[in-house]
Amino acid sequence: MATVMNVQRDKIHPHKFTLWVAIGSIIMMFAGLTSAYIVKRSQAGWVMVEIPLLFWISTATILLSSVSIHFAVQHFKKRNLETYKKLLYVTLALGMAFLVMQVLGFNMYRDMDIRLTGAGSNASYSFILAIAGLHGLHVLGGIIALAWVTFKASNQSRREYNTVPAEIIATYWHFVDVLWIYLILFFNWMR
Amino acid sequence: MSITTVSTGHESEVSTSAHGHHEGHHEHHHEESFISKYVFSQDHKMIAKQFLITGMIWAVIGGLFSVLFRLQLGYPEMSFPILEDLFGKWAAGGRISNEFYYALVTMHGTILVFFVLTAGLSGTFANFLIPLQIGARDMASPMLNMLSYWFFFLASIIMFASMFIQTGPASGGWTIYPPLSALGQASEGSKLGMDYWLVSMAMFIVSSLLGGLNYISTILNMRTKGMTMTRLPLTIWALFFTAVLGVLSFPVLLSGAILLLFDRNLGTSFYLSEIVVKGEILPNEGGSAILFQHLFWFLGHPEVYIILLPALGMVSEILSVNSRKPIFGYLAMVGSLFAIAILAFLVWAHHMFVTGLNPFLGAFFVLLTLLIAVPSAIKVFNWLTTLWRGNLRFTPAMLFAIGFVSLFISGGLTGIFLGNSTLDIHLHDTYFVVAHFHIVMGVASMFGMFAGVYHWYPKMYGRYMNNTLAYIHFWVSLVGAYLIFWPMHYQGLAGMPRRYTDFSNWESFKNFGEMNRFISTVAMIVFVVQLLFIFNFFYSIWKGRKVTSQNPWGANTLEWTAPIRPGHGNWPGEIPEVHRWAYDYGKDGRDFIAQTEPISDSESKH
Repeated sequence: MATVMNVQRDKIHPHKFTLWVAIGSIIMMFAGLTSAYIVKRSQAGWVMVEIPLLFWISTATILLSSVSIHFAVQHFKKRNLETYKKLLYVTLALGMAFLVMQVLGFNMYRDMDIRLTGAGSNASYSFILAIAGLHGLHVLGGIIALAWVTFKASNQSRREYNTVPAEIIATYWHFVDVLWIYLILFFNWMR
Repeated sequence: MSITTVSTGHESEVSTSAHGHHEGHHEHHHEESFISKYVFSQDHKMIAKQFLITGMIWAVIGGLFSVLFRLQLGYPEMSFPILEDLFGKWAAGGRISNEFYYALVTMHGTILVFFVLTAGLSGTFANFLIPLQIGARDMASPMLNMLSYWFFFLASIIMFASMFIQTGPASGGWTIYPPLSALGQASEGSKLGMDYWLVSMAMFIVSSLLGGLNYISTILNMRTKGMTMTRLPLTIWALFFTAVLGVLSFPVLLSGAILLLFDRNLGTSFYLSEIVVKGEILPNEGGSAILFQHLFWFLGHPEVYIILLPALGMVSEILSVNSRKPIFGYLAMVGSLFAIAILAFLVWAHHMFVTGLNPFLGAFFVLLTLLIAVPSAIKVFNWLTTLWRGNLRFTPAMLFAIGFVSLFISGGLTGIFLGNSTLDIHLHDTYFVVAHFHIVMGVASMFGMFAGVYHWYPKMYGRYMNNTLAYIHFWVSLVGAYLIFWPMHYQGLAGMPRRYTDFSNWESFKNFGEMNRFISTVAMIVFVVQLLFIFNFFYSIWKGRKVTSQNPWGANTLEWTAPIRPGHGNWPGEIPEVHRWAYDYGKDGRDFIAQTEPISDSESKH
């Protein structure tokens, strides 16, 4: 089948390129938020934030999911479709576990008698909710896209040879992983 | 089927381009339904028209709002019973209430800045021109492109709906500074209307980002054979930098807006600290209202250039085509666009000189702000030297382009006043600022947009707009723009503050009453003449003089090698190959040499 673009073979696929630009855009958003955090931190009324242990466990989880999606794409390229599918399920499960742990992490603050929102809340903690919450939304977006790819992979009636969607989602997944590691280290050092 | 068949190795996912050549393949047995052609279209040309017409509807609404509040400023003592009939309690007794005044000003700003001059301008021309001028069948992802329009549509609906809720639309100014915008109890406009505003803007930002991603990706990846970056028309360079600015700055506004939503609805204190409203002491502590201004203006300043750059690019192209001369200093033009795009991110605090910003820090922002004068001056001199001794053709587009240069100079010069923090502290809250940004950003970009519409109308609809109406439109708009905004400079220097609903109560500003009336009268005339343009636009779609030649302006760029009314996919056969830059006018005694013509041996070097 013909494609109408005069794309050279060695050139990056336009959709992959679009993703990289989008990643730049998301980085700007979190750069804005973390700069706001730094500015706020130097002002009066700042409190040292505590990071529940659960957030470190969720960090390990999302790291692991990055490994699984990496091998998923590798197996897809080698056409080991069964392994590919299994690894996608693993990634999906780990991603959802990450989100659940994030939500539980926010709830743990309540047990620590720290308010994230409402009267008596301190901006230091509200920032954690806002920033980590937005990150969670980005992970959720990744999960939806991943579910779609998994659905396509499980569809028996149509064989999938195109690796680009899976590669794009893998790149995005690695990105939200690295983004979270940046955020948790940032919260840890910039208390 | 003669389309170049270069396989990329990933076939099915390039559904975008598959769609693009669809029409070429099945020309005779392919019919688009009304819905897929006019509503959920993935053709960049149709999406451009959707952006343009939505933008025009918004422009009429936004313009009408300015007429209403100018009515109040020009005739503060008069009452207009018809206003009460139309707006009820907002204009009780036929006079515009204070709340209504602020709502009108806020909506005027929001609509014109975002919905007209961002979506309407770069949404229209980036969509229309990028694929046509770089030689592509469509955008990198027509699907995202369609979504970009529909997110804009959704944002439009929400913003429009906010005008009909009981407490009225947002009314804290288009910059929605907290704490006013964060506290519902502080004003009517900070109640539900503000939430509508924030949600609408979030949708708008999504739309801009989807569009911007696509523009960047398309320009960098989908150029036709031979179309190197240095052969791109300046329109494309300008739209490219516009998209980069948008992609990098809009997310920061989004983060600021999200924190504001938290403060409004979840009781957090990002921006709020130690506030008493109507005798009630609020529990919020430790927030910083200035933080919002930093986040806002980090977008807000690049936003100015998001509005301006597409106009700069289109004007460069139109001036060159209608002077029958190459653009003067092509690389300097690209370089100055680049410099403006970089500096745009480094000057945001010049909007905040009066917030108690450290004067030492302010000095750096003054320096960086004044540096923008350098690339701006380069552009102005290059336009003037392009015009110099050219064979000028005064088409309506050319007139608007020249008008743009005039406005850009006059508005730019007052920027040098305001860029100095010492002067800005005096002028900041006066009409001088209103005059400055309306001329250099508002009217100038409007002129760029008009120039673009008149110039590319034949390509959009295969017909011409009426010239007589266009000339009336131009002269009244140009003279009107100066008559409206020049007196405002004087008022501002004399200390007349902005954001006041009524100056007749103030001994010090009473004497400007006559001048305000004059400005208001001119504003109404100019508004009516814009309706003439709207009439001309829609009338010409069906009744305009038909375009009979493929290249009516004798231009070099690729869009004029496509059929008069190109289908989806733009070129019926192969995409033309490019052999030269876009500005070979009057070379070797020839009027123009299209980009598609190979360089012959006898040709002189540039």
